[in-house]
Amino acid sequence: MDLDFSYLTAIIFLPIVGMIVIALLRDPQPKTIRLTALAFTLASFALSIAVFCLFDRSGGAVGQMQFEEKLSWIPAINAFYHLGVDGLSLPMVVLMTFLGVLTVLVSWKIELRLREYFIWLLLLETSILGVFCSLDLILFFLFWELELIPMYFLISIWGSGRKEYAANKYLIYTLVGSAMMLAGILSIYFITGSLSMMELAGLALAAPAIPLTAMFFLLLTGFAIKLPVFPLHTWLPDAHTNAPTAVSVILAGALLKMGGYGMIRLCVTIFPEVALRYAPLLVVLAVVGVLYGAAVTLRQKDLKRLIAYSSVSHMGYVLLGIFALNQISVTGATLQMFSHGIITGLLFAMVGLVYDKTHERNLDNLGGLARQMPVIVVVFSIAGLASLCLPGTSGFAAEFIIFIGSFSSVAVSGMQVYTLLGVLGIVLTAGYILWMLQQVFYGEPLEKFDGVPDADSIEKVCIFSFVGAIMLVGLYPAVLTDVIRLGVEPIIGLVGL
Amino acid sequence: MPHQIPWLIFLLPVFSLIIISFILRPFFNHRPKLSGYVTIGAIGIACAFSFWVLAEVFGAPGHKLEIPDIQWVVIGDLSVHVGLMVDSLTAVMVVLVTLVSLMVQIYSQGYMHGDPGYHRYFAFMSLFTACMLGLVMADNLVFMFLFWEGVGLGSYLLIGFWFHRPSAANAAKKAFIVTRFGDLGFLAAILLLFYHTGTFDIAELHGLAIAGVLAGTTLTWVAIGIFAGAAGKSAQFPLHVWLPDAMEGPTPVSSLIHAATMVAAGVFLVARFSPLFEHSEVALTTVAAIGGFTAIFAASMGLVMTDIKRVLAYSTISQLGYMMLGLGTGGMAVGIIHLVNHAFFKCLLFLGAGSINHSTGTFDMREMGGLRKAMPWTFATFLIASLSLAGIWPFSGFWSKDDIVVSAFAGNSILFYLSMITVFMTAFYIFRVIFLTFGGEYRGGAPSEHGGHEPQGPHESSKVMVIPMVFLAAMSIFSGWFNITGGFNEFMGHAGHGHEVHSFAEGFFGMLTHPVALLSLLLAVLGILLAYAMYSAKWVSAVAVGRVFKPFYTLFSRKYWMDELYERVIVVRVLVDGIFAALDFFDARVVDGAVNGVAEGTAAAGKAVRRVQTGQLQVYAMAIAVGVVAIAVCYYVFG
Repeated sequence: MDLDFSYLTAIIFLPIVGMIVIALLRDPQPKTIRLTALAFTLASFALSIAVFCLFDRSGGAVGQMQFEEKLSWIPAINAFYHLGVDGLSLPMVVLMTFLGVLTVLVSWKIELRLREYFIWLLLLETSILGVFCSLDLILFFLFWELELIPMYFLISIWGSGRKEYAANKYLIYTLVGSAMMLAGILSIYFITGSLSMMELAGLALAAPAIPLTAMFFLLLTGFAIKLPVFPLHTWLPDAHTNAPTAVSVILAGALLKMGGYGMIRLCVTIFPEVALRYAPLLVVLAVVGVLYGAAVTLRQKDLKRLIAYSSVSHMGYVLLGIFALNQISVTGATLQMFSHGIITGLLFAMVGLVYDKTHERNLDNLGGLARQMPVIVVVFSIAGLASLCLPGTSGFAAEFIIFIGSFSSVAVSGMQVYTLLGVLGIVLTAGYILWMLQQVFYGEPLEKFDGVPDADSIEKVCIFSFVGAIMLVGLYPAVLTDVIRLGVEPIIGLVGL
Repeated sequence: MPHQIPWLIFLLPVFSLIIISFILRPFFNHRPKLSGYVTIGAIGIACAFSFWVLAEVFGAPGHKLEIPDIQWVVIGDLSVHVGLMVDSLTAVMVVLVTLVSLMVQIYSQGYMHGDPGYHRYFAFMSLFTACMLGLVMADNLVFMFLFWEGVGLGSYLLIGFWFHRPSAANAAKKAFIVTRFGDLGFLAAILLLFYHTGTFDIAELHGLAIAGVLAGTTLTWVAIGIFAGAAGKSAQFPLHVWLPDAMEGPTPVSSLIHAATMVAAGVFLVARFSPLFEHSEVALTTVAAIGGFTAIFAASMGLVMTDIKRVLAYSTISQLGYMMLGLGTGGMAVGIIHLVNHAFFKCLLFLGAGSINHSTGTFDMREMGGLRKAMPWTFATFLIASLSLAGIWPFSGFWSKDDIVVSAFAGNSILFYLSMITVFMTAFYIFRVIFLTFGGEYRGGAPSEHGGHEPQGPHESSKVMVIPMVFLAAMSIFSGWFNITGGFNEFMGHAGHGHEVHSFAEGFFGMLTHPVALLSLLLAVLGILLAYAMYSAKWVSAVAVGRVFKPFYTLFSRKYWMDELYERVIVVRVLVDGIFAALDFFDARVVDGAVNGVAEGTAAAGKAVRRVQTGQLQVYAMAIAVGVVAIAVCYYVFG
């Protein structure tokens, strides 16, 4: 596509420009810093919406990268500064820029080292956007690693509880995955001499020196840690529990999706045959993740930890959708990544609000807040209902599409049984979500929480935006699936079932 | 008729919800009555439109209207459309839902008067009514499921309406989770249907079942899955446990949702898929057996409850069992006509209970008594509804219950005997209620905490509550008469078993010559007499009877210990404190323990290796020498 304006570069780097502006401001007022961050994230969001609107949805666009930008970067190793979006990555870009704006609003009340905080936050946004837009493996890896730096500082400085432990664990765990991923990327490069995702797609690698399976699993491990896949998930509850609210929102909302995105974009696309061969293993892990995650969630007493474990369960559905390897299920998985991003993002935002106002996160000590927080209870309930897969919300649209797809999948024998086991997860989800809502909001109002404020106007703008997005996707999922299927169709074509 | 009319029936309550939530609640909070008016207006118009639709459907060829649909989502082979299915079943259901809902909303203005959650109440009621209408009109499975869960949400919100009471919050959660177990079956059936047929369209699925394309084991599993969903919603054994607890909600809610409409959605669902059920003998037998068993099982618990709403709740479960039995043995029309009749008289019974509660401040029948004089209208309407429920000729309940019993007679003999015993029990428990509440002397109502009611003593409720009750009482008499000529069966497209079309007068009196009808009538009268003997004339002491049948009394009043089994044993002991706790431990110690173990191991290894790096040159030289020798030896040996 020949466009004069480099949309994607602008979307990715606007937050970094904002970061530099904030860094250079002389003696800024806190308000100036917040507004600057808001302005740049809003600009990035507006551009991503523009891209979303301009995106070609016609039949001819199937499998086409759009808004491509390609510049020679390191000619010696054939690396390019190569960006582009297709149906798979575009929803992720929109999700991240949307969350970018909202996390600035979520962070509105941060006072500790404000300038530094927003610098890291904006850098984080850029790095995640870069991952979703890169079409060159080295560029992809660069952005992938860049994300660790702001995450480390955001958790260890602005976190709570065992924040240093959580930050270290996050960093080291993810680095182990990254190391394997790098090994995978290098093996691919040494065999093919190419770093372009588009050239590598479905490239039949004939009798390579390194077995394809090894390369597949090297890449997969990196993504599986990120997603996370059982049993590689234990960094997640610690990171979430101790991270500041905005970081939890981004972590659950967009960071985890890098794992799912990577699996589809690299593992399935480059090694379709290996993916098909090992699909049974991954589908089993997915179902275990769904049920195990939900079961452990039911035992949590800390609100944040509870939501964190629920993510393990919900991301199991993503894995199920991806390795059911048919068009409907992978579309569903992509929609689930988006949907989980806004639902769990909102849940973490709500937990943050409740905690800010009551200074309490333990479910045993909370209760009766419905009277004292009439707006928060409504929005929290909507988020919870979306999470428990209530029709009319994005959670249902996504999970239902995954179920439909995986039930009729022929990639793995006995897929119907696995799907039904996965469906069982929605009862457990209903269990922990309704139990949580009851513990926090129902019962007689407690005296100690008399006079706690409800959401203020900035918080309302933020949480209502989430609700709007959840309802929009829930009531009219085609707004995303019409885009997603353009990206998924050719990938599933490579699997050739 | 314009195609927008059926859509409007569904959309009007949606508008009402939107107006209340976004305009009235934020800006007119001090004028709660507006919410009631908006809801009543919206549902009233929807009701008028429903009658129009019914008339149109009646006149249409094949009793079916074609409404164009809208595309919702398309991915590869998956294509979902939004549309309405307007046939005779839908037309009857929309009329029923809007009419009952309208009556309950009018009544609610009096019942909920002065409640701080007045706006919220009507917003939730609008939401529920919209979802219920969507459910009965949906033309494909995905949308049906959407509204199916939507009515569940409405039920959850309204059971927990007084969420500050822990019992209400618990009941709401229980209702949602128990029905969701049934919904798993429904969802599995949807997945299975799509897998085998590639369509969600209900009419197409009917066609495939009739043509025999959808058949055999698949069809049976699909039907059983659908029935699992129906059993959850309609509180059939073993998923019945949520409905008695659901009485924690405001009484008009119990009336509309947990008696007349939502709980009947399960019956509707089975009726909607009757072409599928009718092609599977196993599924039909399952429906009939579960229904017949639930009918007597729930009635047995209704015999001993002291809370008036709980008696009515068990009665509802039992009657829903009847409807299932009717669907399983007699076909769609038999079940649906009883659904319609039951909706009117059971709705009325609950409104009566609410009226009594308004007057006495309690639901405990041991504190009532003698209300006949103080509340004549409530008494008269309650009596009519009770006669209808007991199946006394010529009240509406007689006709439809009789259809069911006759169908059971033609089919399975065990189920027939069970249903006959249930007839006796039904008459007994409902007249036990009548004699305990309206007969004898007033026993003082609730303790003084509800002081607001006390100074006046028991009194009749306001007009706004009485008028809907009178209307429903009229329906409780006449609504069964529509099928006396067999006209309803014909409209539903089902001839029914053993029912030929005959004239009104012939049917009206002719039914009394049918031996099965006479027998059931006799049993009902005996039940009433026994209740009279025990609770009004006191020829037999109820306490003495209780003592003689103590094991049964305990079994019934403890609800067969099923709540304990589910809540204490399965949920708490086995799952949360058992398996889930073990997994939680496993997660913290084994999975995360391994991660931390690797980290510690690495650190320890680093420490060890650090010790090797002593910085002493002679040690390094020594190591190099040993290495060189080792390589040399290896080269010699292997090379």
